[in-house]
Amino acid sequence: MADSTPTDPTAPELNSPPPAAEPTAAKPGRPSWFRRFIEFVTTANPFMVSVLSVFTALVIGAILIVLGNREVLNEFSYFFAAPGSVLSDAWAAIWSAYSNLFKGAFFDPSQISGAVSGNNSWAVALRPISETLTYATPLIFTGLSVTFAFRSGLFNIGGQGQAVIGGILAAVLGFALDLPAVLHIPLVLLGAIVGGGLWGFIPGILKAKTGAHEVIVTIMLNYIAGNFLLWIITQKGVHDPARSDAISKPVHDSAVLPKIFGPQDSTLLRTHLGLILGLLAAALVAWLISRSTFGFELRAVGLNPDAAKTAGMSVPRTYTMAMVIAGALAGLGGAAQVLGTAHTLTAQVTGNIGFDGITVALLGRTKPWGTVLGAVVWGAFQAGGNQMQSFAGVTVDLAQVLQAVVVLFIVAPALIKAIYHLREDPKARFVTTLAKGW
Amino acid sequence: MWRLPQRVRRERCALKLELRGITKSFGDLVANDHIDLVVQPGEIHALLGENGAGKSTLMNVLYGLLQPDSGEILVNDEKVVINGPSDAINAGIGMVHQHFMLVPVFTVAENVMLGVEQTKGAAGTLDRAAARTLVREVSQRYRLPVDPDSVVEDLPVGVQQRVEIVKALTRDVGLLILDEPTAVLTPQETDELLDVMRGLKAAGKSIVFITHKLKEVKAIADTITVVRRGKVVGEALPTTSEDDLASMMVGRAVKLRVDKEPAQPGAPVLTVTGLKVVDDRDHLAVDGVDLEVRAGEVLGIAGVQGNGQTELVEAVMALRPVLEGQISLAGTGLIGRKTAAVLAAGVGYVPEDRSVDGLIKEFSVAENLILDTYHRAPNASGFALRPEAITSGARERIEEFDIRTGSYQTPVGTLSGGNQQKVIVAREMSRQLKLLIAAQPTRGVDVGSTEFIHARVIQERDAGAGVLLVSSELDEVVALADRIAVMYRGKILATVPPDTPREQLGLLMAGVVEGDASAGATTPASESSGADRADDSEGSN
Repeated sequence: MADSTPTDPTAPELNSPPPAAEPTAAKPGRPSWFRRFIEFVTTANPFMVSVLSVFTALVIGAILIVLGNREVLNEFSYFFAAPGSVLSDAWAAIWSAYSNLFKGAFFDPSQISGAVSGNNSWAVALRPISETLTYATPLIFTGLSVTFAFRSGLFNIGGQGQAVIGGILAAVLGFALDLPAVLHIPLVLLGAIVGGGLWGFIPGILKAKTGAHEVIVTIMLNYIAGNFLLWIITQKGVHDPARSDAISKPVHDSAVLPKIFGPQDSTLLRTHLGLILGLLAAALVAWLISRSTFGFELRAVGLNPDAAKTAGMSVPRTYTMAMVIAGALAGLGGAAQVLGTAHTLTAQVTGNIGFDGITVALLGRTKPWGTVLGAVVWGAFQAGGNQMQSFAGVTVDLAQVLQAVVVLFIVAPALIKAIYHLREDPKARFVTTLAKGW
Repeated sequence: MWRLPQRVRRERCALKLELRGITKSFGDLVANDHIDLVVQPGEIHALLGENGAGKSTLMNVLYGLLQPDSGEILVNDEKVVINGPSDAINAGIGMVHQHFMLVPVFTVAENVMLGVEQTKGAAGTLDRAAARTLVREVSQRYRLPVDPDSVVEDLPVGVQQRVEIVKALTRDVGLLILDEPTAVLTPQETDELLDVMRGLKAAGKSIVFITHKLKEVKAIADTITVVRRGKVVGEALPTTSEDDLASMMVGRAVKLRVDKEPAQPGAPVLTVTGLKVVDDRDHLAVDGVDLEVRAGEVLGIAGVQGNGQTELVEAVMALRPVLEGQISLAGTGLIGRKTAAVLAAGVGYVPEDRSVDGLIKEFSVAENLILDTYHRAPNASGFALRPEAITSGARERIEEFDIRTGSYQTPVGTLSGGNQQKVIVAREMSRQLKLLIAAQPTRGVDVGSTEFIHARVIQERDAGAGVLLVSSELDEVVALADRIAVMYRGKILATVPPDTPREQLGLLMAGVVEGDASAGATTPASESSGADRADDSEGSN
């Protein structure tokens, strides 16, 4: 156990001194590039914690792959007879699973060379990365929603409900109106913003006026939205009369978000305009948080509502606005799903994007661009998980287990810090974690 | 007759403590540099130094919370190794922390037995009776009245501190470390604490008294060790003058008195009539207050904390609803306005609890400097913040107000108390003010920063602003105010000139209105008070 020394000798709270390594020697001027790099990778900064969480999750996943593979597991009964072959078979199982995870999420090298030599089309070669981005697109919005609300100290669990309401409004406007695409698309997106925003406004105003905890309220609103969706897709005017199952009419082509990499009818490259809108939203959220006066209020209220109030800011107004914007973002996530990939409303149209948004925001450490990265990682797990199941015989549940383990390590950074003996980040005292807000 | 519990019967006699060459560094910073210190048995040894001088680090080394890089600790001339608080307690050393280590919802007896619970019977149930008995016994022996059955959170701060002392004494210590014990106390409570310390000394305990308050040191200490920047800069006797102690502590000559010209009061800027305000528990905290602050004068509100000063100030700032009465700023009514409007109307506000209401610790110095002007030019245009303007503004403030910080990007929570307070003062004084409200402006602030902040307050007054000063430190009120209003149980008992004898002010603060107390109360006094204060301070203890 290393010496426990607080980073600030005048700090009064000496009961739990953060562990720090031996005092670094006096360093005149700037330390060398190499030195700073070593310092970076041995410190428990958010980046290293995220990277090592993914790495650790993959290691644990490897163990699970072996445990889940009956043949390899049987070989372990005669492990000492032929340890080499057992280990190589175990390795083969792990390699097959992870290489397929990679091929499904990013690209298959043989297809890339195939595309170069003309054996298969570029569309086939680029399909995995396109799938990853397609899965990531709605998560960017719902993740940003959680990130944004979190900056004001609120925990938006309601991304799911907000996405559902946004999606419903987008779909209804999408099949009810007949407009040219240049007008239709902005209009349906506006509908999603209004729908999601309204679903965020309710918990926001309740929090601001009555102090009702946003976590409880948003969870309840998720149920309401989910069941509203089940109901509305069977109603006359919404339900598709050509179908006997619970499904809405498809949105008009003019409301469908155009694909960005391939022809409109291509099923290979599904990446759509939603991705670009997601990146624009991330840029807007990043600007709002760090460069706008509203973002200043948002952060101040999130960190210390008393001081914010004393400085003349309106805490209730900030809470309400934060939830409206967060809801609007999640609503756009629902719209991206409906208008980008599904084109119609079903009971499962929004899948789990609201809840995955929480994870994605966590992965991104509640930073806007981090959230985008988190969404891509999450999308990669989903796209790759499908391929892993088809080609390596590893159940898709394992990909979900991997995702869960990654999150587990990220929300418990102390665990990663302890496993890898990382040093305390000097700035860590001022990094908020998702524990706040409860 | 009850049996005395084991721990009290084994009475420990006074203890001699010696520290030799204690060195402790944190990275580049040497917090303790070869510190030698001898505490004789049964003496009160004051450790005097500014915030950040290394006093607390030294005591944390002694109490086993930190390990020294080198040096040794001797108790009764025997070398001891202290690896944690339990070792320290076994060696006979107890500590009362600045921030109390009590469980608020537990009773006094439960807090005292925490960690050394005694059980009874086969089932091993907690022996609360024994704990209660122990508390009564200790509180009688050392004349520290506490009720073992009161719940800690209901007790005033001074009594909570007494509980901490009782807790340490039940652990049977021979030496008690008191870390800034008076920082949280009212003048009366401070006097009571000093009495308790004298009693402990008489009972044969040694005491290490950590503080930066000169008056207390002079009143109680047998020996004074002054530390500055991690080094012992000298020993002194309590007969040393305050000025000499202050300059030893700060390292340069310090002006303890505030130089100011007589006030030239102008038109009223703040008028409060018949104000009634309730506190968080819906009790009437401000009960019909009338007061007037004129341009160019300092109105000081003296009073023991919790007599409605906080609620009065919060009502003026529109942070708390007004039940009844009128508040107007230079003739314009403030009732019904929002806090932002009050600030925009030219009121500067230094809140009494800087870490809760005044600053956002995670925010940078620059961000904290614009906390109430972030939406105005030049800090913003439209919805966009203007980082260049904010940065250059911050650089100017840091320079002008001598804020000791790594850079304008440093999180404010890492600065010392004095520098944090300077950030607030810089923020509030960097706009044109009609009225400055300063509540406890120098609480927990070192001598150097206090001197600076006092000078700025007077500068603001001389620039024509009215100043409403609220302080529970009588010295501060007497030094700065041109008129003193004494507040007691939500009412202003009297408004008196600053040269009013201290005894009379003390009586007023305790709620005693004599016939002559209100004699000089009507006219706003304008004479300087600097010289008077020095005389008063000599005789106050």
